Amino acid sequence: MTELMRRLATLSLSARVAVGIAFLLIFGGLIVSIAAFAYGREAARSAYDRLLLGAATDIASAISVRDGQPEIELPVSAFELLALAPDDRIGYRIIGPDGSTLTGYDELVLPTGRNALRDGFFDGSFFGAPARFAVVSRRFAERTLNGTIQVVVGQTIEARNAMAYDITRKALYVLAASGLAMVLLSAVVVRSVLKPLETMAGGLSARDPHDLTPMDTAVPRETAVMVNALNGFMARLDRQMNSMRHLISDTAHQLRTPVAALRAQADLFTDEADMARKEKIVERLQTRTASLGRLLDQMLAQALVIHRGDSARREAVDLRDIALDVFEEGDHQVLNPEFDIQLEIGDAPVIVMADEPSLKEALKNLLNNAVKYGASPVRIGASREGNRAGIWVEDAGTGPADAVLAELGGRFNKGTLSRQASSGLGLAIAHSVAVSFGGELALEKTGDNTFRASLMFAAAPEWTS
Amino acid sequence: MRARLLIAAIAVFACLGQVPPAHAQEMVRVFGAAAPAQVFVLRSTTDISVFGPVVEEFLSTRPGLQVRYEQWGSNELYRLSRQDCREDRQGADVVISSGVHQMVKLVNEACAWSYSSRLTAQLPAALRWRDELWGITREPAVMVYNRDLVPAEDIPQTRFDLLDLLRPSETPYAGRVATYDIEQSGLGYLFAFADAQEASTFGALQESLGRSGAVSTCCSADIIQSVAEGDYLIAYNVLGSYAQGYQQRDDRIGIVLPSDYTLVLSRALMIPKTAANKAAAEQFLDYLLSPEGTLALRTALLISPLLETDEGNEGEVLSPTALRPISLSPALMVALDALTRETFLRRWRATFPGP
Repeated sequence: MTELMRRLATLSLSARVAVGIAFLLIFGGLIVSIAAFAYGREAARSAYDRLLLGAATDIASAISVRDGQPEIELPVSAFELLALAPDDRIGYRIIGPDGSTLTGYDELVLPTGRNALRDGFFDGSFFGAPARFAVVSRRFAERTLNGTIQVVVGQTIEARNAMAYDITRKALYVLAASGLAMVLLSAVVVRSVLKPLETMAGGLSARDPHDLTPMDTAVPRETAVMVNALNGFMARLDRQMNSMRHLISDTAHQLRTPVAALRAQADLFTDEADMARKEKIVERLQTRTASLGRLLDQMLAQALVIHRGDSARREAVDLRDIALDVFEEGDHQVLNPEFDIQLEIGDAPVIVMADEPSLKEALKNLLNNAVKYGASPVRIGASREGNRAGIWVEDAGTGPADAVLAELGGRFNKGTLSRQASSGLGLAIAHSVAVSFGGELALEKTGDNTFRASLMFAAAPEWTS
Repeated sequence: MRARLLIAAIAVFACLGQVPPAHAQEMVRVFGAAAPAQVFVLRSTTDISVFGPVVEEFLSTRPGLQVRYEQWGSNELYRLSRQDCREDRQGADVVISSGVHQMVKLVNEACAWSYSSRLTAQLPAALRWRDELWGITREPAVMVYNRDLVPAEDIPQTRFDLLDLLRPSETPYAGRVATYDIEQSGLGYLFAFADAQEASTFGALQESLGRSGAVSTCCSADIIQSVAEGDYLIAYNVLGSYAQGYQQRDDRIGIVLPSDYTLVLSRALMIPKTAANKAAAEQFLDYLLSPEGTLALRTALLISPLLETDEGNEGEVLSPTALRPISLSPALMVALDALTRETFLRRWRATFPGP
């Protein structure tokens, strides 16, 4: 069963169309055939009924009265009319006013039921074969003969059947021809419909593996969805490749200086004979390696953020939770016990669509920066202003000089922030996170002695889930 | 006649067991093998002497087959065949009758066996009906005159000529023109009926015949002989095959195919539904329609040489349109309708008060 489902799922589009057309043709053909046969029967019936009626009327009008007796000379024309159905046997009976047979076949019996004799016609049989009869009455009001003479004329139904079959057959010819035309037409249509897909597939397979430029979107609307998705996918790939490239080159660049310094210190250590100075060099080596470790941590965090920004699923995140988590982790109390850190969050949730680990990482970096460069007390919090939601870190320092701030802004824009080593990667990470989730990193002085770094996002609509 | 021809005429009592006593065939003759593997009963209105050679020709290639030929009057044959059919009784294997209207009626009453072959399909539509009835002969209805007593300028070529001959009150032909008594002769009735359908001339002719004291009498052979012997000068509507047969022995008569129109009768052959030996009947039919059978029929004058020229079916002096085959169609049933026949005969009686 599943095998069959699988096969159905992978059925080619042409085959689907072919199956559809086949069903259409079979069912349509069946219905049209039945309709054609019904129509043919009806047409044959009405055509030959008229013959019967004509013949019966002809005979009825040939009846005359002579000496009180009906006198009949059957008109040959009536029988020639009936002989237009060349192979059908003819039955007739003329019934006098008293119900006796004046002439013709006694075997022909009028139906007794009221409904059986509709419009003067009835179905019966004639010497074992099905037949159709017409009845015409003629009233006589002579002095010597008063009453109704009935003329019954009938015929077997071979010609009717032949005509019905003939009509059906011709209808079927037309049907077959139109079916063939439909098949041909649908073949053409399918080819033309599948053409863009083939072109796309051809373009894709002919593409250079490193070519991640978008595909031409001048394609039919239905396939444009696919092309757009593909283009989106390729753009993401491209972005990730670029980030990776940047990360690698940044990493190389940023590691070069500290590693070179370490090597220099190590060289000095080797050359130094004085033990006291050697100890100092070792101290310096320790500081350097510690800062190298921090740098590596940050770089890994940045890589993580970049990766998650492109690949993680957006979900509703309450920024207050982020602030709370970072606050409660409390690394800073351990590292910098002299700093006073306060949490400032409200009652209302502050929801944005983002990725929780990325936001946490960004906030941690901002907090690090504040602790490193700012002044106590430091406040972290989340708040909502209109349709903007933000998470922020505020310290009591003055922040960087205006020129530096301006420079920082420029670097964000150029995407080269990470290259400068002085402020570490903290801002770069925060910036990356902000951009990944459609927000921005704002650095501003909020008062004489307060500097605030905040990540601002579009607030999610009032959320209930 | 051949040695195989065993029995000549047999009286009715010889075959009481097979034929209901109510009917009487005129003659019976048995053709073919003495110890037959199959017996085949042929009932026909045609004289044995005329049709016998055809049967012998048929049997010449079929040893082991015996044909019992019964010759009947057309009315008796019709009645018997109808009774066989209604009572589902085995009777004839093949019925051939000049009373084609009666045969049409039998077919109409579903008494016939259907058969078709390449040969039957070649028959013109007028000579077959429902693949159950086939016209096998071509015999014109002709006028016969006495060559000695009718001067050449008086020989009627058309019915109008005949009318003109009869018109003068002192005409020498008064009382010397004969035709069938249509009350007695089924064939005569059929011809008269066909005449009545064919042209309005017939009314005038009938009246004229009656006024001039024409004689209606019975039987082709008698009429023709009477003309030869000078009792009658002219006979109207005589079967051409008989007239020509007689003429070959006795050239005192002359034959005219009326050029206004000539009725052509095709004797009808039917295989009864109740036939015991249908296979032989079908063979016989195919034989009659085959070139050999046609030749035999022509030799027997049943396919009249009068109707043929070297080119084919064209009459000697007739345009093809003057030939009016009596076609095997259900319209012929009108002729057999009791009331119609009565009306028709009443009119006939009014003009022919009797001899």
